[in-house]
Amino acid sequence: MMSKITPEIVEKVAQLSRLSLSKEETALYAMQLNSILGYMEKLNELNTDNIEPTLSPNPNINVVRNDMVIKGLDLHESLSNAPESEDGYFQIPKLL
Amino acid sequence: MVKVHEMSISQLKELLGKREITSHEITESLIERINAIDSSINTFLYPTFDLAIKQADEADKRIQNGEDTPLLGIPIALKDIICTKGIRTTAGSLILQNFIPPYNATVVDKLSQAGAVLIGKLNLDEFAMGSSCENSAYQLTFNPWNTNRTPGGSSGGPAAAVASGECPGALGTDTGGSIRLPASFCGVVGVKPTYGRVSRYGLIAFASSFDQIGTFGRNVRDSAAILNVISGHDTMDSTSSVNPVPDFMTNLGDSIKGMKIGLPREYFVKEMDSVISKTVKKAADKLSELGAEILEISLPHTEYAVAAYYIAATAEASSNLSKFDGIHYGYRTKDTDDIIEVYTKSRSEGFGSEVKLRIMLGTYSLSAGYYDAFYLKSLKVRSLIKKDFIEAFQKVHSIITPTAPTQPFKIGERINDPLQMYLADIFTVTASLSGLPAMSVPCGFTQENLPIGFQIIAPAFAEDVMLKIAYAYEQSTQHHKRSPSI
Repeated sequence: MMSKITPEIVEKVAQLSRLSLSKEETALYAMQLNSILGYMEKLNELNTDNIEPTLSPNPNINVVRNDMVIKGLDLHESLSNAPESEDGYFQIPKLL
Repeated sequence: MVKVHEMSISQLKELLGKREITSHEITESLIERINAIDSSINTFLYPTFDLAIKQADEADKRIQNGEDTPLLGIPIALKDIICTKGIRTTAGSLILQNFIPPYNATVVDKLSQAGAVLIGKLNLDEFAMGSSCENSAYQLTFNPWNTNRTPGGSSGGPAAAVASGECPGALGTDTGGSIRLPASFCGVVGVKPTYGRVSRYGLIAFASSFDQIGTFGRNVRDSAAILNVISGHDTMDSTSSVNPVPDFMTNLGDSIKGMKIGLPREYFVKEMDSVISKTVKKAADKLSELGAEILEISLPHTEYAVAAYYIAATAEASSNLSKFDGIHYGYRTKDTDDIIEVYTKSRSEGFGSEVKLRIMLGTYSLSAGYYDAFYLKSLKVRSLIKKDFIEAFQKVHSIITPTAPTQPFKIGERINDPLQMYLADIFTVTASLSGLPAMSVPCGFTQENLPIGFQIIAPAFAEDVMLKIAYAYEQSTQHHKRSPSI
């Protein structure tokens, strides 16, 4: 069922992950992903047809808090780690 | 005379209570210790000595006023993935090199309320992704028992710091074994509480359905003392549990006579170092001498745990780490005006090799066409592994296993083979997948004087059971009294 991880697949996954890789990195990751995903195929030995997935080990259901205003970070604190900000906004490169 | 850096938290507390020492003196001694030895093990990323002295002086004043809180005047260090207001927090990554959190993690506030003194931030694998501490973007941490060996990971800094007497206790985090493995490799006690027992607010996330903050101490009592302070419900973390928190120190010293302890046959395989299986079986014999009934049990899906864990955890990581975009906080690349390139280059320059691998592994298993075969499959196997434990705990009160399949491996031995590195977690990921409390307790040494630990796993929210067994074992053995000659 599993297709071998080619450099093209690695490039595609890198693009989805917003990562850019050198040729050497692409080759290395193709090799590592093949080895890891090959090992993961072990899971196919198990029949899991009627098994529910576990998303969280000890799930709390519908956690809500009281509808009250509580103080969060102020504007200055929120922007304090931004690489660039101006007039109380995060600053990004021009989009158009 | 026992030196300050050799003392446990309870010894230090006693001396503080009798006014035979001040927190200032304790803190100064540890600073001296750190300055003397840290260059040979590299556990501290950022010492906070000035703050520590200030907090120690405040603690001394409170002690003089007759106040007493659980960790008053005791220096504690933190894995550098726990946010500290105004103090740099990097997660071991270049992408957060200049990140100064504007708020404290809940556990930091709790430590502070308990009177603890923050002495510094400790090294880790980048974003807690690794089993050897070799993935830190900043420095290699060495095992204090033998500096050619890794301290284990990802909480290698906290484990090595506590083992070498740089601080009597520390907080780490455990996603798939990141407290227990380094505790075993460094010969200290490491506790991963039940998922939800300790608030994750202010913990930089790796895999949110696994991550849990826990403790490092040189003995069980100290570990219970720290766990008492950091546990409990927090409205800032919707996954934190409302279950009542018992006093984890109350049952220490109770007899374990008649307790049923399971020894799962799947955790003793021929591929592992024979010294480990022998030593852990000896620990089981000791528990039997103390009156526990040791039963061979089976956890049949154990061999699938590493595969299930590394799919589920990396899927969560790929999602969690998508927030690092070079816009809101963290590193931004310098040389582009294109927004997509800002994202891509900032991430590519800011993340290290293993983090990129895990992001891609997670992205792959979540992507169209592979979701059912990998991600969903791993969650179904997670259910099977969890069920193994539920069934086992109908027969036994707790389970003991080796913590790691190997002794501490050499620096560089596994770093180029991620799969081999992942397999170091083979005995710890099962409790992580199931959200169960688990801890590593020192139980012996190899011929080369490297520590070996055994793991105790308990039912959800039964940390007290696990700690009681650990304490009974520890009090009848001498392993925890040995320390590295560094």
